[in-house]
Amino acid sequence: MSITRRKFLGWMGAASAAAVAGKTAKAATNKEFPGYPQGLGVLFDVTRCIGCRRCEEACNEVNELPPPEIPFKELSVMDNKRRTDADHFTVVNSYNIPERKIGSVFRKIQCNHCLEPACASACFVKALKKTETGAVVYDASVCVGCRYCMIACPFEIPAYEYDEPLTPRIRKCTMCAPRVADGLLPGCVASCPTEALTFGKRDGLLKIARKRIQKHPDRYIDHIYGEREMGGTSWLYISDVPFSKIGLREDLGTKPAPEFTAGALGAVPMVVGLWPVLLTGIYAINKRKEKIAAGEQADAVAAAVEKANETAANNLAAAMETAEKEKTSAVEKAVKKALEEAAKREEPTEASEKDDTREDA
Amino acid sequence: MANEANTSGKPLLTPFNIVAGIILILGAVVTVIRFTQGLGPVTNLSNYNPWGLWIGFDLLVGVALAAGGFVTSAACYIFGMKKFHCAVRPAILTGFLGYALVVLALNYDVGRPWRLPYPFIVSRGTTSMLFEVGACVALYLTVLFLEFSPAALEWLGLKTLRNLIHKLTLVLTIFGVVLSTLHQSSLGALFLIAPSKLHPLWYSAYLPIYFFISAIIAGLSMVIFEGAIVHHYFDDRMDKTHIAEKDSVALGFGKAASWVLAGYFIIKVIGIAVDNNWHYLATGYGIWYLVELLGFVALPCFLYAIGTREKNLTLMKWAAGWTVLGIVLNRLNVSLIAFNWHLPADERYIPSWMEVSITLFVITIGILVFRFIVTRMPILYKHPDYIESH
Repeated sequence: MSITRRKFLGWMGAASAAAVAGKTAKAATNKEFPGYPQGLGVLFDVTRCIGCRRCEEACNEVNELPPPEIPFKELSVMDNKRRTDADHFTVVNSYNIPERKIGSVFRKIQCNHCLEPACASACFVKALKKTETGAVVYDASVCVGCRYCMIACPFEIPAYEYDEPLTPRIRKCTMCAPRVADGLLPGCVASCPTEALTFGKRDGLLKIARKRIQKHPDRYIDHIYGEREMGGTSWLYISDVPFSKIGLREDLGTKPAPEFTAGALGAVPMVVGLWPVLLTGIYAINKRKEKIAAGEQADAVAAAVEKANETAANNLAAAMETAEKEKTSAVEKAVKKALEEAAKREEPTEASEKDDTREDA
Repeated sequence: MANEANTSGKPLLTPFNIVAGIILILGAVVTVIRFTQGLGPVTNLSNYNPWGLWIGFDLLVGVALAAGGFVTSAACYIFGMKKFHCAVRPAILTGFLGYALVVLALNYDVGRPWRLPYPFIVSRGTTSMLFEVGACVALYLTVLFLEFSPAALEWLGLKTLRNLIHKLTLVLTIFGVVLSTLHQSSLGALFLIAPSKLHPLWYSAYLPIYFFISAIIAGLSMVIFEGAIVHHYFDDRMDKTHIAEKDSVALGFGKAASWVLAGYFIIKVIGIAVDNNWHYLATGYGIWYLVELLGFVALPCFLYAIGTREKNLTLMKWAAGWTVLGIVLNRLNVSLIAFNWHLPADERYIPSWMEVSITLFVITIGILVFRFIVTRMPILYKHPDYIESH
């Protein structure tokens, strides 16, 4: 896969959101992404953690975060439910498990560096990226500050600088990517006094985790949290208490986050391709209907006019005939009348003449 | 405002103007705080609740209620329902203002608003649903601007340009429908990535379809609802055709809304069946879900149907208002109320008064600009020079 093709696809993306939708947010296929082969990770063993907060302190120093309000030596803060925020990339919480002999259980949380991160999939400027070394890293130079990554993250890790008016950043654990690049261990791992944290290639960590579970089946829950959760994470957890009791959700499923949106993204090119055809078709059908209707109307009007004309002509002819007849009859009548009158006028003369003759006689 | 008051011969200090003025001043003050001290002091947002009222209402509700533009122009120009022509311009104007205000509100919400074009010009994150939303909203805002522009150009007397754009009507309408389909649905698809945070009754693989279909309902209802308000306040700006046609618009759109609501109700029930979520209906969230489904989908569906049968315009208007309220409720449910339902009460989000004031500020700007345009440009009447060209 050359860069030019990627670039090309990028441009296509600018022209139409649809064109490249399926590139990384893969549609339903039988292909599976098992993580980068050289991907690194950390194994956290709950049974070994003593809740000393040294990892929190180291994280604070390594990432040059502001000094804490309550010193790291104070252990009571762990009793409250705490989460990662803009100034704390990792926190250790204490959980009280009555069934457990030793009492409190401590669980460290930080970015889990998913194999297929929801945050990176959700980011519309690619500010968040999964690197081949396993870390999910953030680039503030392109971030718009929309906080969709925070909506997307199933582990509720990314935090936001809410008090920065114009240059707020997303803040989260980088798995100490810069330190690792220099050949150093992540800050938290280096500071852990009990080897509760093990850093290495994810494949190797899975083997170590399995070995520990096999060796002490009575101690560990037979599950490596992060092996398959949300498609797998670079951070892995093994524990002697159920994960849901130490704030690790067990209802997340094993589907990588990008697959949840793949279907919707995949539908985009279909809409772009077919909607105009369908809509133009509907328009054309209506236009044609209108045309036919107009034609039919014109025909009907013409026919009506013709019929009307015909009727009118007939009527006219009939009227003319009648008029003619009337005229003729009127003339005849008039003639008749005239004749009659003439005859009448003559008759009395004749009669008088007759009278006269009678008288004469 | 002074000009307008003078031209319309009305006094400047009307109750409406006073309230609007107070909201504008308040909004201006909060704006200053937002851009000098950040989101923290202004909003109740937190790391658990990164999206609040400005996304839930200003973006999601704003876009849904601005759907009247594409619905009306499609009905008139594509489906050939010419009798709805008088409703096109007001609907396009509302759509255009609606989207413009969505973008305005986004400038408050995102951290670095001047980077809003970054997804297109600097770094394209095409795997994100938000990329699709952004791309379509940006393009559709442009389309709406062009669709609206003939009214402004008629007002300005720029005939050649107006006629040129007028020729593009069909292309713009089709483009508008495509873009609306995409971003209305992808606003719902935004939440697909967080199945572990949204309550199962609202989370569904069909979320994009629900959002799209309910946007059509919102568009139809807004045209009726807004038509009633506009007729009340601006009837002196309407010509005879508009007044004669507006009742048939309300009846026609109400009938359509009744049918689409019925379809929406059915696919919502199918969604519950597909995920087999029936058992959640007996919980507190289930009752709330039923309030939305029965009270704000089924009920207005019936109200519209009765209104259609009896040609009852008053009922149509009330049904429209109720439906619009239902859309608001649905968007707030998905983005705020049923989102993060797994968190304890003290970690949940309730908007601050300053967030509410910015939302009111944005709505007020919308109403004022709408009033400015409607009292000047040929929106509710046909420009005498162009009567034949429609």
